[in-house]
Amino acid sequence: MPPSAGLGDRLSRLAQRHAPVIFPAPAVAVVALIIVYPVLYTGWMSLQEWFASSLTPPHFIGLANYAQILTADARFREAFFRTLYFAALVVAAETVLGVAMALLFNREFWGRGLIRTLSILPMVATPTAVALIFVMMYHPTLGVMNYLVTRVGLGPFTWTYSSRTALYALALVDVWEWTPLIMLIALAGLAALPKEPYESAVIDGATGLGTLRHITLPLLRPIIVVAILFRAIDAIKTFDIIFVMTQGGPANATETINLYLFNQAFAYFNMGYASAIAVALFAIVMGAALILMKVRRTAW
Amino acid sequence: MVARAGHVGFRAAPGARRRRAAARTIRTAGYYALVAVVMLPTVFVFFWMVTLSLKTQVEAAGYPPHFFRFALTFRNYPEVFARNPFLLYIGNSLVVAAGSTLLGLAVGLPAAFSIARWRQSALALTVLVARIVPGISYLIPWYILFRRLHMVDTYQALILAHLVVGLPLIIWVMIGFFEDIPVELEDAARIDGCSHYGAFLRVALPLVRPGIVAAAILSFIFSWNNFLFSVILAGRNTRTLPIAVFNMIGFEEINWGPLAAAATMITLPVIVLTLLVQRHIVTGLTFGAVKR
Repeated sequence: MPPSAGLGDRLSRLAQRHAPVIFPAPAVAVVALIIVYPVLYTGWMSLQEWFASSLTPPHFIGLANYAQILTADARFREAFFRTLYFAALVVAAETVLGVAMALLFNREFWGRGLIRTLSILPMVATPTAVALIFVMMYHPTLGVMNYLVTRVGLGPFTWTYSSRTALYALALVDVWEWTPLIMLIALAGLAALPKEPYESAVIDGATGLGTLRHITLPLLRPIIVVAILFRAIDAIKTFDIIFVMTQGGPANATETINLYLFNQAFAYFNMGYASAIAVALFAIVMGAALILMKVRRTAW
Repeated sequence: MVARAGHVGFRAAPGARRRRAAARTIRTAGYYALVAVVMLPTVFVFFWMVTLSLKTQVEAAGYPPHFFRFALTFRNYPEVFARNPFLLYIGNSLVVAAGSTLLGLAVGLPAAFSIARWRQSALALTVLVARIVPGISYLIPWYILFRRLHMVDTYQALILAHLVVGLPLIIWVMIGFFEDIPVELEDAARIDGCSHYGAFLRVALPLVRPGIVAAAILSFIFSWNNFLFSVILAGRNTRTLPIAVFNMIGFEEINWGPLAAAATMITLPVIVLTLLVQRHIVTGLTFGAVKR
């Protein structure tokens, strides 16, 4: 037997033994390159002062960027509260509407499949295209939205065209896009509910509203919290629709942290400071996620 | 409700029974009316997008707007192609979405298999955190790196960037599918002399084919839709559709027909693909946390 066959055998035995390392190795390499390295780099860059537009190299300034974010940057503070307000607003609206819709659709009826399919479309439709359509619908004089609201005796509104209403107009787009997610998740939860509590409730003479409040909603709570968790994470990071529709305006009225961060990084090329904001935004998203996961465990 | 109606009903007069039947019909009609009202906003936005794309410039900007009775025109679609290199943008979007999806599958499938088989939760968690990290945190280092390597405005840079969206999605969707394969099946294959690699290629992969299709389509859709990474890393040669349409807004201001036509053309492939995998969309969006 030639020695090369022995080597081949040994190699294949080695490959067998280390299969648990070899299988994920390419993914680990890619994740290290495109996820872990950039995140660490951002952390490192957040301790520097550097304008990518200038020829001066980055120089280390310690935690000065963070100090400025926390104490001296009024624009960040406004963006921070605006982001939380926007996220709380859309997630609350989506949860109430989504759960209500799930309760409405949770029965056999002709066309149920069609409803499910239609509900998925706002979530997957290209956000840029959706934003574009809303830009046209929101037009203050020619838009169809003002036509519709004046027909029912409201408005006309200024939608994204005034600083007073712009954030709400954007929230409406987000609610349009993402209420179906909560609805579909809640619907999946309703389908998995046990039957027994309802049977004993009927024996106890409970009313429809009573079973909803005391049985359905408490049983549904864990899965609704999961839905809220996913929505909260993404709502805080909302970018596409805001950038396309208002770019943070008018007069910074819709500048969330993500938009401010984008401007610092790619309008002012203030990379060090932008990196520090990116770390802060990550901390905020993580904080919201952790709070929600805690809520999931504790009983009400 | 039904039980009570039956109770009272078995000795009731025919007239009363008819009245109850009528009441039930009204209730059903009321239910469907409510369902229709609730779904109206969802449908209306798409309806408005498509009808705007079929209106003339005068009609599209006409007030009050016409919902059903307007002169149909298809000229907006060729106009989009005439005024922009729209075919190039479509090609760019296809290359980037397909490239990042294929790369994501090549790397993600063995990883998901391995995570499901050997419970490698550290890798799974890292990938999950990638879903939480704000996109711009990646974008700043990439931008600096790719600019230094002269890779801004290349397909490679965009494909790698879009992998950040696609790879975690693929891995998490596929973990669920691989976990559903009974371990005995794979052990049997190993006893029959298959290596781990043979068991993966010849036993596991064919069993999860529906999952692969779903994961691939989801990854494709999210790359196709991606705006943030492309707006910075794409250039004149690699500009993808969302960026192209965004750039059209400034120029077109009030000429809505072509804009709506472009929006319709971007959205259409996504909708077609969605119809193929709609059962898995929610699973994908929640990273397997919610299964149907």
